[in-house]
Amino acid sequence: MAAIDLSQMMAGQTGRIIGFNGGRGLVQRLESMGIRLGVQITKVSGQIMRGPVVVRLGNTQVAIGFGMARKVLVEVD
Amino acid sequence: MQVRKILLVGNPNVGKSVVFSRLTGVSVIASNYPGTTVEFCEGGLGSGNKKMAVIDVPGTYSLYPISPAEKVAVEMFDKATEEKNCIVINVIDATNLERNLNLTLQLLKKNIPVIIALNLWDEAKHIGISIDVEKLQKILGVPVIPTVAITGQGIKELVNRLTEAKQGTYEYKDEERWHEIGNIIEKIQVIKHKHHTFAERLSDLTVHPWTGIPIAIGIMYIIFQIIRFIGESLIGYVFEPLFENLWAPVMMAFSRVLGGQGIIHNILIGQLIEGEIDFGQSFGLLTTGLFVPFAAVLPYIVAFYLVLSFLEDSGYLPRLAVLIDKLMHSVGLHGMAIVPMLLGLGCNVPGALATRVLETKRERFIAATLMAIAVPCMAQIAMIFGLIGEYGARGLFPVFGTLFVIWFVFGILMKLVIKGESPEIFIEIPPYRLPYFGALLKKLWMRIKWFLKEAIPFVLLGILIVNLLYSLGIIEFFGRIAAPVITKLMGLPLEAVGALIIGFLRKDLAVGMLAPLGLSLKQLIIASVVLTMYFPCVATFAILLKELGIIDMIKAAVIMVISAFLIGALLNLIL
Repeated sequence: MAAIDLSQMMAGQTGRIIGFNGGRGLVQRLESMGIRLGVQITKVSGQIMRGPVVVRLGNTQVAIGFGMARKVLVEVD
Repeated sequence: MQVRKILLVGNPNVGKSVVFSRLTGVSVIASNYPGTTVEFCEGGLGSGNKKMAVIDVPGTYSLYPISPAEKVAVEMFDKATEEKNCIVINVIDATNLERNLNLTLQLLKKNIPVIIALNLWDEAKHIGISIDVEKLQKILGVPVIPTVAITGQGIKELVNRLTEAKQGTYEYKDEERWHEIGNIIEKIQVIKHKHHTFAERLSDLTVHPWTGIPIAIGIMYIIFQIIRFIGESLIGYVFEPLFENLWAPVMMAFSRVLGGQGIIHNILIGQLIEGEIDFGQSFGLLTTGLFVPFAAVLPYIVAFYLVLSFLEDSGYLPRLAVLIDKLMHSVGLHGMAIVPMLLGLGCNVPGALATRVLETKRERFIAATLMAIAVPCMAQIAMIFGLIGEYGARGLFPVFGTLFVIWFVFGILMKLVIKGESPEIFIEIPPYRLPYFGALLKKLWMRIKWFLKEAIPFVLLGILIVNLLYSLGIIEFFGRIAAPVITKLMGLPLEAVGALIIGFLRKDLAVGMLAPLGLSLKQLIIASVVLTMYFPCVATFAILLKELGIIDMIKAAVIMVISAFLIGALLNLIL
């Protein structure tokens, strides 16, 4: 499957994180919440008009702003 | 080693405050770092010369802080590592072991003894996670105690084993931390297949836009009704009867002793209205001065904080933040700014402090200014309801509708004018949990105590000043000077200047001062809006000065004063 970013994922879809389009600071921030390379991630919901994206990883749910979500690349199962 | 000080450290939403509440007794001090997720409390454990201070450090995901709140946490932690006889209880969430161990491994590298409370142990079992505690203990080299803070399970063992806390022995390279965590998890954790629980379904519904927004509106409506119901019941059945039937006769007797008039009588009892004490209008220290904080405002404060604490502890606020994120972006903030706004509805002071959950200076300035201008505190709202409530929506809607429009328009303007980035929302959405009643009551009690401590001295001081200003003719003097603005521009009587002066001390009292003036509905609406906007009360002012610095505070104040009079004039024209 082709790589897409979190904002393009459909609600309910699951994928694996394969990369970040951002610097060390962004990656560190995402990592502190468990969002890191190789992790399985499920999109719970997106909001209308480019609102935040909610994802689930393991037992954690995280809300990520739209712009930030676009920097997280996933491979959908 | 004699332990003197215990720091509770952990991620947000792991039940740290519940552990804190279990460990400590009734005497808890809330200190200077409030805000929901940024509250920092201190309490005691044990007694006599074995007494230890327990400090609830704000939740943080790592020791590399991002928000000012997290910086506070790391600062407190760093300070503690320099002290002797200080240990850390690292509270971790058994259902999210991987993410939690990230902070744990960072803690273990520091020069401080650690003991781990593996909390939410029952929830982990319930959703099919089993963790080998013995093995985890061995790997990390520090004691690990499974706990269920909500029921108290494991807390005793935690306390008994505090002396076993020690520095971690786990060695790793910093850049390989996540890899190491993966290795640990593999050795100690087994996850069985799990089903979607009811709480999870509910969680999905409340963050999905098409279902979440109607639910949010429904929740707001219910909250409003609950606050009104509790507030009105407490006033109607408890506080008013107490004042009317018990306190009034005492005060009347006292009034007769004082001879029914004179300066002392006027200051203590106030003016008799048709030979009787009117708690709303007499304006004496012992009559109105006690009635306003206790019987008019306190009931709503209790109701508001009860509901707010429930919302906080159940985990709903982050979901509300997600839903409202887009709206907040149009004023240059993001969804989490809903927290200072909601807290500001209780009292602007904790609201101003809670702006610390926002990352940038620009956001904090916008949030603090918007809140100070357009978010009335519960004390003021209660008094406005008392004053205008009888007119129903016809009176209340113009007041709160205008304030909302002002909030929105000013937010958009500030976003345009003030340069800078708006960072994006990035928050954990914790699972829904039934709040632990003990912790909830403790928080409620702390907030009420804080309100009484803040409000009563200022209300009393305000009344004293009002009486002095009136008897010295100063209010009349200022009234004449301000007459063009007050009467011509805003259509208010000269006496309203008294309310504007006292509004700087206490807004609730200022609204109360409008009661004896016999204003028309239009005048009441204008006065209520202007009193909300024109300047923060002195307590909020002091906090804002500290939080924003003097230059930004002056900017904010200029915006407030000018806009208040403009809006007052505008309302006078169109109403």
